[in-house]
Amino acid sequence: MLRILASALFFLLAHTAFDSPANAEGLADALSGFAKGSYAKTVDALAAVAASGDERAVDIVRALKDKRLYYTKADGKVYIKDDSDTLIDAATGEPFTGEGPFGLKQVRVNNRVRGAIEAALGTLNLLAPDPARRLSAAEAVFKSRDADSLSAIDTALSKETDPAIKRVLEQARAAIVIADKEATEEDQLAAVATIAGRGDEDARGILTTLPDDMPEAVGKAAQKAIAAIDQRLAMWSAAQNVWYGISLGSVLLLAAIGLAITFGVMGVINMAHGEMVMLGAYTTFVVQEAIRTSAPELFDYSLAIAIPLAFLVSGAAGFLIERLIIRWLYGRPLETLLATWGLSLILQQAVRTFFGANNRQVGNPSWMSGAFDVGHLTITYNRLWIVVFALAVFAVLNVILKATPFGLQMRAVTQNRRMAASMGIRTPWVDAFTFALGSGIAGMAGVALSQIDNVSPNLGQGYIIDSFMVVVFGGVGNLWGTLAGALTLGVANKFLEPYAGAVVAKILVLVFIILFIQKRPRGLFALQGRAVES
Amino acid sequence: MDWVRGRRLLSGAVIAASLGLSSVAGAQEDTIKVGILHSLSGTMAISETTLKDVMLMLIEQQNEKGGLLGKKLEAVVVDPASDWPLFAEKARELISQDKVAAVFGCWTSVSRKSVLPVFKELDGLLFYPVQYEGEESERNVFYTGAAPNQQAIPAVDYLMSEDGGSVERWVLEGTDYVYPRTTNKILEAYLKSKGVADEDIMINYTPFGFSDWQTEVAAIKTFGSAGKKTAVVSTINGDANVPFYKELGNQGIKAEDIPVVAFSVGEEELAGLDTAPLVGHLAAWNYFQSIDTPENEEFIDQWHTFIGKDDRTTNDPMEAHYIGFNMWVKAVEKAGTTDPDAVIDAIVGVSVPNLTGGYSTMMPNHHITKPVYIGEIQADGQFDVVWNTPGLVVGDEWSDYLPDSKPLIADWRAPLSCGNFNTSTGKCGGETAN
Repeated sequence: MLRILASALFFLLAHTAFDSPANAEGLADALSGFAKGSYAKTVDALAAVAASGDERAVDIVRALKDKRLYYTKADGKVYIKDDSDTLIDAATGEPFTGEGPFGLKQVRVNNRVRGAIEAALGTLNLLAPDPARRLSAAEAVFKSRDADSLSAIDTALSKETDPAIKRVLEQARAAIVIADKEATEEDQLAAVATIAGRGDEDARGILTTLPDDMPEAVGKAAQKAIAAIDQRLAMWSAAQNVWYGISLGSVLLLAAIGLAITFGVMGVINMAHGEMVMLGAYTTFVVQEAIRTSAPELFDYSLAIAIPLAFLVSGAAGFLIERLIIRWLYGRPLETLLATWGLSLILQQAVRTFFGANNRQVGNPSWMSGAFDVGHLTITYNRLWIVVFALAVFAVLNVILKATPFGLQMRAVTQNRRMAASMGIRTPWVDAFTFALGSGIAGMAGVALSQIDNVSPNLGQGYIIDSFMVVVFGGVGNLWGTLAGALTLGVANKFLEPYAGAVVAKILVLVFIILFIQKRPRGLFALQGRAVES
Repeated sequence: MDWVRGRRLLSGAVIAASLGLSSVAGAQEDTIKVGILHSLSGTMAISETTLKDVMLMLIEQQNEKGGLLGKKLEAVVVDPASDWPLFAEKARELISQDKVAAVFGCWTSVSRKSVLPVFKELDGLLFYPVQYEGEESERNVFYTGAAPNQQAIPAVDYLMSEDGGSVERWVLEGTDYVYPRTTNKILEAYLKSKGVADEDIMINYTPFGFSDWQTEVAAIKTFGSAGKKTAVVSTINGDANVPFYKELGNQGIKAEDIPVVAFSVGEEELAGLDTAPLVGHLAAWNYFQSIDTPENEEFIDQWHTFIGKDDRTTNDPMEAHYIGFNMWVKAVEKAGTTDPDAVIDAIVGVSVPNLTGGYSTMMPNHHITKPVYIGEIQADGQFDVVWNTPGLVVGDEWSDYLPDSKPLIADWRAPLSCGNFNTSTGKCGGETAN
């Protein structure tokens, strides 16, 4: 049905000149199918409307797509509701006047109908002026593999100038020819070669589902092509695992890097670290909410606004925590652990009370939605930007530690507190600001995580264990260790996942870390020197 | 992961102690107490808090109507803090200390399993409002959510039909715990009975709260490009859904190509999500907020007034509580007492209106009759019903598709009074599937 519809619509566009008044009655007949309230009838009506060759057909299909098509059960009339909510008689194109109509019902659309609409409109676009639309149309024709659209493809091929679109059209043609019983063996062999050139899963799908009664030579060529595609796909899947690993690693890095400061550099076991991340995510929510209500045009910049704010909010929270709680507990790790743990529960429940227990919606700005392909690798923009952001945060933090007076003081205090104090450094304030810095970075991580995870009071809980794992594995007190640790764990996890499943992969990684820590208690990059001895 | 458990335990203790949620001030003798056992803190608070609120609303409404047996109803709210052992403790407290007449509560299957011994020992009544894996029927529990045959099987049937896209290849994607595992076991057996080949079924599990779906979504994409129409049946739980759908949207998997039908995603879960890329993905429930009946409209209005916010959604477990509470009220009126034994005898056969324009009846197996709806996600976060069962479906506690439970039936009426009667051996206490 879909195929008939697709080709019918194509002809409609290709030969718009060919509609005649005689079809008006056919259109009215076809339209009555929409008023039956069944998906099958709707799909049939769609095909009939397209086949009627009436120039109003495109409008009707579009209206159906946007759910602007209505009918009355009593007399079976079909109406289009336009943007200004006026009803137009679908058969005549005249605006509806007078009382009623009563009992107006929307023509229902489900996946099946939507698929039919998409394919139809896609085929329409084979000759569209916009190359992007032509490309997706060609892909749609390739997917539908409909013998009836062969002539349409040939027409499009003769006019197409863009080599990329032309290639897809040729592949679409080959996909039809290969299944055509009448085609010569020569043509079929050429078709196998064309499809094999595509080299992706779709091509493999076509070649593996070839009927058994193919000529032997064609069957053999197909087998060979499948083997070649498999080999290529295996390579790409390895590349894909590396990318997914880096992307998971960057998330781990973001979550852990603040902890690398508070736990790694200062030695404070901060169980409320995850809640600092959560505060950052909620800051993003508040910022987006404010933008939505007062300045919707700024939505694409919401993250840029949220990042410094999240740093300030979480940083301030961290500063208060250090001043009010942690500074009384230095040198007592067990009490610190319990106190910060209690604090994490208080923060979670506070957020739950204030914002509610439900997830909050944080939208993706347009530049963080969607994906692009590199070869057979799909890279999503949100993951890409998070990798970039994680590396940027890492770089900036390194600069702060290595090249600013504050970083110098920080390092001095951690390496030898008493010496630093006697040199005139106000160690309590350095402690407070270091803790605030670590917390603030956690808040920035929250902005990034709000793009891929739930913004809920439990957000932090999911990352706290992973963060500690990364810091301990990478080596306490070493930023580069955190980077290496995060990326190693991410890539290892993603290579294990396809074989072992997500649950077992996680267990295996945990076992690996335990064994590794037995061998190297100080992690990948162990700190040398006096700080360690004490 | 003992660490995590310890954490939750403490969280429960700290919060319960500090907020004193479990104490009810000014308890009077002439009230009937109703226990509400839903997590108000911890991971499950996201789903369960709403159910506590809807129970409070139902009790308030009943009191406005004059109470029950001439007495006022009084809600006793406790917070089990998403901590399974704490559920059992709180249940014991409700029954033996607060002397509640019935308890409405639990969400996860593990919390239900943890309170079961308490309800059996102290002879309490539990109304459980959430869809679950079946394979259970207890004298003291009333299952007002869907059994697998009231949700999973009709959903698969729809996808196999021409209207649903004639799906031939299936991905069963779930969170790794008892509900998805049992449901998928049933579904796998069902699909095979329908002639689906082994290589056309892919089953995958992920941990709770999983957020990095890249590999899984890529695997679904690959699995779906084998030339046969593919669908995903998702039993992914709660929080993990949002990142899953985001990844689907980002990797460009559209519902027309590979539809996802979910059993744990309702209006509430979608509220935290931009649904524009998800239009057309499906959910199977016994109720949708968008269902247009006068009962439902009234219920939604009352809910908005009660909660004071017009954008709060209603969902399937809320309707289950609505049905369960009204059934209990009717059974108590019928029995003339709140005594659990009398109510258990009286409630079988009780029919009350549901919110979708029909009546639901309590069956002898302590499950209820429900209509099944398949809805497609719309851009506004609501569901558009695309298919529903022609009549009501009786909840089937022991699945017909698992060999071990096939001969089992439950009937709590005298003289059988048995939750797992084996029809092939004629004895009560047959083998259980898990």
